[in-house]
Amino acid sequence: MRKTIRLAALALASAMTLAAGTVSADKLKVGFIYIGPPGDHGWTYAHDQGRLMIDNMLGDHVETTFVEGVPEGPDAERAIAKLAETGHKLIFTTSFGYMEPTLKVAKRFPDVKFEHATGYKQADNVATYSARFYEGRYVQGQIAAKISKSGIIGYIASFPIPEVVRGINAFMLGAQSINPDMKVKVVWVYTWFDPPKEADAAKVLMDQGADIITQHTDSTAALQAAAERGIYAFGQASDMIQFAQDTQLTAILDNWGPYYVKRTVDVLMGAWSSGDTWHGMGPGMVGMAPYTNMPSDIAMMARATAESIRTGAFHPFTGPIYNQAGELVVKAGEVAADFPMLATMNFYVQGVDDKLPE
Amino acid sequence: MTELIIASIMTMMTAATPLVFAATGELVCEKSGVLNLGVEGMMLIGAVFGFAATAITGNAVLGLAAGGACGLAAALIFAVLTLTLLSNQVATGLALTIFGTGLSALVGLDYVGDTIDQIRRVHIPVLGDLPVVGRLLFGHDPLVYLGIAMLALTGWFLARTRWGMILRAVGDSDISAHAIGYPVIAIRYGAVAFGGAMAGLGGAYLSLVYTPLWAENMTAGRGWIALALVVFANWRPGRVLLGAVLFGGITILQLNAQAAGLGIPAAFMSMLPYIATIVVLVFISRDAIRIRLNAPACLGRPFRADR
Amino acid sequence: MLRLEARATQSAAAAWLSPLFAITLTILTGAIIFVLMGKAPGPALYIYFIEPLTSGSGLSEVAVKAGPLVLIGVGLSLGFRAGVWNIGAEGQYIAGALLGSALPVYFYQSTSPLLLPAMLILGMLGGMAWASVPALLKTRFNVNEILVSLMLVYVAELLLVHLVQGPWRNPQGWGFPGTRLFPDAALLPVLVRGQRVHLGTLIALLVPLLAWFVLARSRFGFRIRVFGSAPAAACHAGIRPTRMVWSALLIGGALAGLAGVIEAASTIGQLMPKISPGYGFTAIIVAFLGRLHPLGVLLAGIAIAVTYIGGEGAQISAGLPKAVTGLFQGIILFYLLAFDLLTRYRLVVIGRQGSRA
Repeated sequence: MRKTIRLAALALASAMTLAAGTVSADKLKVGFIYIGPPGDHGWTYAHDQGRLMIDNMLGDHVETTFVEGVPEGPDAERAIAKLAETGHKLIFTTSFGYMEPTLKVAKRFPDVKFEHATGYKQADNVATYSARFYEGRYVQGQIAAKISKSGIIGYIASFPIPEVVRGINAFMLGAQSINPDMKVKVVWVYTWFDPPKEADAAKVLMDQGADIITQHTDSTAALQAAAERGIYAFGQASDMIQFAQDTQLTAILDNWGPYYVKRTVDVLMGAWSSGDTWHGMGPGMVGMAPYTNMPSDIAMMARATAESIRTGAFHPFTGPIYNQAGELVVKAGEVAADFPMLATMNFYVQGVDDKLPE
Repeated sequence: MTELIIASIMTMMTAATPLVFAATGELVCEKSGVLNLGVEGMMLIGAVFGFAATAITGNAVLGLAAGGACGLAAALIFAVLTLTLLSNQVATGLALTIFGTGLSALVGLDYVGDTIDQIRRVHIPVLGDLPVVGRLLFGHDPLVYLGIAMLALTGWFLARTRWGMILRAVGDSDISAHAIGYPVIAIRYGAVAFGGAMAGLGGAYLSLVYTPLWAENMTAGRGWIALALVVFANWRPGRVLLGAVLFGGITILQLNAQAAGLGIPAAFMSMLPYIATIVVLVFISRDAIRIRLNAPACLGRPFRADR
Repeated sequence: MLRLEARATQSAAAAWLSPLFAITLTILTGAIIFVLMGKAPGPALYIYFIEPLTSGSGLSEVAVKAGPLVLIGVGLSLGFRAGVWNIGAEGQYIAGALLGSALPVYFYQSTSPLLLPAMLILGMLGGMAWASVPALLKTRFNVNEILVSLMLVYVAELLLVHLVQGPWRNPQGWGFPGTRLFPDAALLPVLVRGQRVHLGTLIALLVPLLAWFVLARSRFGFRIRVFGSAPAAACHAGIRPTRMVWSALLIGGALAGLAGVIEAASTIGQLMPKISPGYGFTAIIVAFLGRLHPLGVLLAGIAIAVTYIGGEGAQISAGLPKAVTGLFQGIILFYLLAFDLLTRYRLVVIGRQGSRA
């Protein structure tokens, strides 16, 4: 949290320096492309909060616009191009599927800067950024292992992409660090946001004995379905405590604001450059919602783990790590490399009872 | 194991309930000779207005009523177009689906991410505490019972009351019914309206009980499955419940199979409900004679009094 | 007192007027909706319906968006005329894209000039194959084609997701879903530099003309017209219903599949988990708005494409939500169906004695 405040203060200070110095009469236009509605209380909501931070801190110099519910594919190219054509000089495209459209538009508008979330291709005017959500998953795994009585975790997963697989693995590693015999049941719902389906998945997992529910989907439906039966669960992308006051344990918080403000200031000062940013708890891009509905000793353990991850003292993917086939993929004491292992992760760690598509 | 079976059946019943409501309504509508393909649209309208009403008033029962009422209103648009203005029933039903999808998305914008107090299961003392039977028979949320009750009521109405018989006559031979003096158009208006109210209730169930949330397109094809259910049930109310539980159940079953780690690719498991619908339709439709006995003979044909 | 009297033949004047009435009333209703939402109706309507046509890039985008709508719409309109309700064009679109894209997925380094034509043909075959299921089930087992074709949409969508996530996934794609980017030989060439309008758009322009010719001049076209308007007479004339059902579904499937592979080979340039924003369903509106006539479908496709492009512009410039576009489309269809009445019946004034006034 302190790092976040420091980053924000830095941004503000830069902004004021700018104000004191030469300021162009026109405001900088910053555009956002969202895959869903800002009201989803999940992925898009978190990005929109980041946008609002830009408004709050730099409102005198910056004007933000957003386009919501843009489907991935050719429509995205048109929407991004429209933002570029209407004077936006910094555009955030907040979903993986916008990768090719962003690159295509970036070629046509070399003086516009693009920030693509969760992508892996950069260009001179296209940077990529993502967050190390798996750090939060590890903490959640530890909490789950301590609280679960049945030893079975229910995991509602969306699509078998590296980010989701990473999350499952980190969760398992965290759980196994407390109880090596933890089981996780995974259900793939093939959607990011479909409340009835997420609720169904939660019910089925609970029917099969899971007494902790966690999700990599965006709505609050699973959390609420679990709450109805008094089952503990984790929120996703934002603090969902108001939807499950007695059963949410914590939630991973996507904290995009400081990064967005920094990049906007970079553009304002002419100091923007491309690259890839993958930040976790350390720089404050990933946070944890307050630990609730658990005994204080478990909350303290969670805080301690999170702190050790935040300072870099501990890395969730520290060896020895075995894959499902029992092979050693990370040696004892070593840490899994960002590239290629973490970034392209498409294998399960030992103990996960599911099969990934080939 | 018994625990898993009981729990799964409970979940299957909730999955079946929106289908029961929608299919019951459509069955009555079709029995009177009108084919309304707009079930998906009416369900979505019921879902969004039911949710909005609950969010505004804080009263979920009011929300359910609102959902049903708005579904009925949407059905009336269809009724005016097809019964009075004599437009093509298939095209108008499709238009209703498209309109309902668009309208619900627009109205629902303000409610994405909001939640309401969902209707919970009622606990009946003594009866509900019986082993096995207690939960299976007495442990559902109130709307499961309402859905089954409406279905039973509909069956009784169609088979045993005078007006039910008249409605069936209108569907089987509208010209003869008109000749005898029955108000064909008025009866059809009533049947369509009932269908809309039921579809609206089914949709409201999704956003008030199934999940206390609204999301665009949250019916995800349930309206179409309800249409298939009416054919599957051969236009007889009894089979509607069976079909609804089966179809609702398949979705739950495939999720269960995934969670149990059976190893079949999830994408193929997700296809099951849809392929199953087709397979069932084939089996049902092959018996053309049985169908001709039960299907309303005038289904889909516009009625004109002076022909 | 007014009464409806059936016309002997469909009124041609009304046939062209009703879409215009429908569009006009939709615009008026739109103005009312905008006012209710607190937005100035004039500028909003301008952004929605006029602005897309005012710039080169706007026109190009309208054309690109209209392409698949027109292609699928023409196929559907022929089917609807024959009373065959193909609601699953979305699934046939995906199936065509899948089969057509199999070539660049497996031969990803090919530079052969035969690649593109082969893809287009395979696309049509893929769509036809997907449409043959409802055709077979309807003609042999009397199963309603609406439900079958619709269920197959969901199946096609899931099949696409499975393939781009699994067997067809780009090995250099970091595990993300999606095929490799298609090689240049598999991409439809762009017609105007700096814009996105491509060869597929041209095909989408020519197909309605071809369909019009076939419908108006060929024996097959004659059979379709007769079958649709007077099925009993058609039967007597020896036109077999099963043949009609197959033709209607296969043509619809072929055109939808063609649209699918064209989109994959142009604006998308690969296969990804979602390759259609609902073209197969919007094309139903386009077919009706075009009065089931190929040239009408062409105009209707352009009109609907304008509302899409306008809708995006309205989001950016007027803060109007995306959902309004979907609502407009539903409203247009309602008005159209309401006015449809006038093509088949005429209003007659009856005097009090029951005789015509």
